[in-house]
Amino acid sequence: MIKAILIFNNHGKPRLSKFYQPYSEDTQQQIIRETFHLVSKRDENVCNFLEGGLLIGGSDNRLIYRHYATLYFVFCVDSSESELGILDLIQVFVETLDKCFENVCELDLIFHVDKVHNILAEMVMGGMVLETNMNEIVTQIDAQNKLEKSEAGLAGAPARAVSAVKNMNLPEIPRNINIGDISIKVPNLPSFK
Amino acid sequence: MPNHSASIQLCVQKLRILIEDSDQNLKYLGLLAMSKILKTHPKSVQSHKDLILQCLDDKDESIRLRALDLLYGMVSKKNLMEIVKKLMTHVDKAEGTTYRDELLTKIIDICSQSNYQYITNFEWYISILVELTRLEGTRHGHLIAAQMLDVAIRVKAIRSFAVSQMSALLDSAHLVASSTQRNGICEVLYAAAWICGEFSEHLQEPHHTLEAMLRPKVTTLPGHIQAVYVQNVVKLYASILQQKEQATDAEAAQAVTQLMVDRLPQFVQSADLEVQERASCILQLVKHVQKLQAKDVPVAEEVSALFAGELNPVAPKAQKKVPVPEGLDLDAWINEPLSDSESEDEKPRAIFHDEEQRQARHRPPEVDEEELARRREARKQEQANNPFYIKSSPSPQKRYQDVPGVEHIPVVQIDLSVPLKVPGLPMSDQYVKLEEERRHRQKLEKDKRRKKRKDKERKGRRHRSSLATESDEDIAPAQRVDIVTEEMPENALPSDEDDKDPNDPYRALDIDLDKPLADSEKLPVQKHRNAETSKSPEKEDVPAVEKKSKKPKRKEKKHKDKEREKEKKKDKEKKGEDLDFWLSTTPPPATAPIPVPSTDELGLDAVPAPREECEGPRGAGPEEEDAEEPDQERKPSKHKKKKHKREKEERPKDRKKSRQRPPGPEEAAGEPVQNGALEEEPLPPVSSYVLLAENSHVRMTYDVQGSLQRDSQVTVSIILENLSGSFLKSMELNVLDSLNTKMARPEGASVHDGVPVPFQLPPGVSNEAQFMFTVQSIVMAQKLKGTLSFIAKDDEGATHEKLDFRLHFSCTSYLVTTPCYSDAFAKLLESGDLSISSIKVDGISMSFQNLLAKICFHHHFSVVERVDSCASMYSRSIQGHHVCLLVKKGESSVSVDGKCSDSTLLGNVLEEMKATLAQC
Repeated sequence: MIKAILIFNNHGKPRLSKFYQPYSEDTQQQIIRETFHLVSKRDENVCNFLEGGLLIGGSDNRLIYRHYATLYFVFCVDSSESELGILDLIQVFVETLDKCFENVCELDLIFHVDKVHNILAEMVMGGMVLETNMNEIVTQIDAQNKLEKSEAGLAGAPARAVSAVKNMNLPEIPRNINIGDISIKVPNLPSFK
Repeated sequence: MPNHSASIQLCVQKLRILIEDSDQNLKYLGLLAMSKILKTHPKSVQSHKDLILQCLDDKDESIRLRALDLLYGMVSKKNLMEIVKKLMTHVDKAEGTTYRDELLTKIIDICSQSNYQYITNFEWYISILVELTRLEGTRHGHLIAAQMLDVAIRVKAIRSFAVSQMSALLDSAHLVASSTQRNGICEVLYAAAWICGEFSEHLQEPHHTLEAMLRPKVTTLPGHIQAVYVQNVVKLYASILQQKEQATDAEAAQAVTQLMVDRLPQFVQSADLEVQERASCILQLVKHVQKLQAKDVPVAEEVSALFAGELNPVAPKAQKKVPVPEGLDLDAWINEPLSDSESEDEKPRAIFHDEEQRQARHRPPEVDEEELARRREARKQEQANNPFYIKSSPSPQKRYQDVPGVEHIPVVQIDLSVPLKVPGLPMSDQYVKLEEERRHRQKLEKDKRRKKRKDKERKGRRHRSSLATESDEDIAPAQRVDIVTEEMPENALPSDEDDKDPNDPYRALDIDLDKPLADSEKLPVQKHRNAETSKSPEKEDVPAVEKKSKKPKRKEKKHKDKEREKEKKKDKEKKGEDLDFWLSTTPPPATAPIPVPSTDELGLDAVPAPREECEGPRGAGPEEEDAEEPDQERKPSKHKKKKHKREKEERPKDRKKSRQRPPGPEEAAGEPVQNGALEEEPLPPVSSYVLLAENSHVRMTYDVQGSLQRDSQVTVSIILENLSGSFLKSMELNVLDSLNTKMARPEGASVHDGVPVPFQLPPGVSNEAQFMFTVQSIVMAQKLKGTLSFIAKDDEGATHEKLDFRLHFSCTSYLVTTPCYSDAFAKLLESGDLSISSIKVDGISMSFQNLLAKICFHHHFSVVERVDSCASMYSRSIQGHHVCLLVKKGESSVSVDGKCSDSTLLGNVLEEMKATLAQC
């Protein structure tokens, strides 16, 4: 089982953290700090596995990490997960991010935090790996984006209606509306423009 | 289980290739897989010992730890000493206490595994343990202590050696417990004191040891260790007393008693209750003994009777094996089963109390023998028919356990070829040599007698893993672990629960489904938690850093007012021409709602500034860099600097007035540089002022700024420049209000009245006037029609002139540069109530740095964070809309993703930004 997924930059600033086991906020922060401490002191050319810190569960747990440019992607897993599988999963995750936000950079994780969590939820749910096929993930995310866009269109409809009214050519509006014996005088509206 | 030795062999060979690979990941995975095979097929892995030992030298700690795991399974009697020796050298070399502690536990694990199966020479092991006590800063003192106790108790043959070592350790206790850092290791003194006390008959110089244990320094040790000291001092005392009395040396005996009486009070004063209690009891005892000694009564017998008998370890399963007395059925109900509802009603607080009462009330129902037998039979029947009940099969251990008593297992005599006494603290290395010699001798001897006695050697051997190599079995241990001395209750029953066959293929099925799940087995449950997350530690850090980065800039600028002064200068830029000219005009006093830039302080400025041009956004010390640019406009910058200095002196005069001005866009441009800590690059001169209208008489340029302080109000600064040769006066500006946007007019003025411009313009002079506008909705850009009317007066006479213009309020102009920390920024985006939109502009050649500056300057954003060619930016509208941007630069394109509380506003801002970027 995956216990936690942590992403932080070279300075230890957390960019994304997802815990699949309940921890208090304080503990989460400490875990991130401890993990950063463990991971950051390792050389570039050593292996990507190490034993987890005490807070996340000691040596029964492994930290599997990858270092991309400015970011560390760290997965804390227990002994039932395959090391190689997780290493590959990190690669898939990063490639998916790159596909979804072209030319992905660490600020994307902050700016598109909702989408990143969506992608992660496609891949890992409740600490279990669901999907490792990148195309499948991207298809799902695209579908979701489309849905979001159409909903946004719906929400934006009133605003568009208002702007349409404002842009209307007012002089064309009749000054008086006569329906039967009711006569309505249209107030003289000043131009919006 | 079938034996797939061929495939396993192949598998291990392939793994060897992985481990030999230069890729560290493959190496790690190879070792990991190897350790999995090791569990089932230790023999096939053992052949790769060389490789594993090589991995111990790897620079990567993860790999070393995996190799250590493997070593655990690879040791045999033959190579144990060699491997441990290698590990000991690693212990000395190891940097970092965690790895050293890991090594220490591994050494102990390896040596003690399966009942010290691989240890052939316990003297060697004891000396290894003693060597380990010299480790600095280890946390595993208790582990070493436990091993010492275990070995000394269970290996009878080693006791005398162990005691000599322990007394040496006690003697040098000051080394072990000297510094507070090493207090983890002082646990070994606990073991040393106990061993010396319990096996005091083996001590060479008991008197010396007694003195060592009564040193005043001992009182600095932790309480539980002192308690053991106190207790064992008496044991030692008892044995000394006995010795002396046997030698009829009454004086010496009394001397020892006197020593006890003298030294024990230091423990009586201990703060630790346990120590205090033991010490006072013993002190009284010794005083009593002293009285008897004075009367020449022999007391040694009685004192040693206190500690008569051997303390044997209790077997872990002893409790289970207590036989059930005849006629007792543990499964029968003592009282009638309670109904569920009753138990639910019970209050948990009073649970014990209630239980007692109930037991008193309900008498256990009388169950006769027949009833019991019947029930037992029924239960057996039920179990037999139950397909889910896994029946126990008699295991080989069971048969072994069937034989009660321990006498049938012979304890091997000490092999006297090894010297039992090694003076001083021994080095474990010497044992390796000794062991080799011993083995060699044994082999020779064995060869001689091979035919004669084959079985005798094996007879006394304990049950051993069938996988041990033949050569292994040839090595007879020098001492034997005396497991059977673990105490069992009398009539211990064999039980099939313990010692399950490790090779049982069904073992994995043996899961207790009734047991509540352990924490680690529970599935994670999604929990709600407060959106409000606790402050991250960085949160406090960031502002500090921010401040730091700001500081130097502050210094450079000396103080705010100066900065403002500069801004003002820049505001005036386009009006260009001769500043002095303009300065000479003294404007009429400003009307209430129209703050007018004060100019009188500039009037004092004696330095003629030939042509001032705005430098656009600037940050830390751009002047120096500017000097390199072959741009004529840069030249005046030096003058300007000088001028500023002078202005500074005249500062107090105009401070008040300059404050009235809203912060200019220039300040905005400076801000992000501070935020993002960007390196400075020279920027082309830019201005935020745009042409409003122009005719032969006058040119109008304007800029619109909002401020957070004045909600829903924007300030329009219009620079009027006289192009003609006539004198312009009675200027009046009027704007046709819309529903949404209204110009602020002086009180009492009607909607159609114009607002007078508070100054007159001589030919060639320009000046700036500010007008306030109230805006209701800021999500859309809008245009207002307006007219400037004025009287142009020249030599020929005065003419009334008009100039029409359209005032454009862009959405950008409603944004106010607001700095934002990255944590707050992240939290804002996490909230999820922002709508998103994005644009992309191609064909951009400008550097990212300049691009950001441009966005900051023209669109009033500030950089939150920048990473390479990607930056997040933030701004706020005057009505409190958050606008977040993510700007990314590709090779020749720029994409801007925006998030904003209002989608229309965002759309419009991005459109405006697109237009700006398209010019880059």
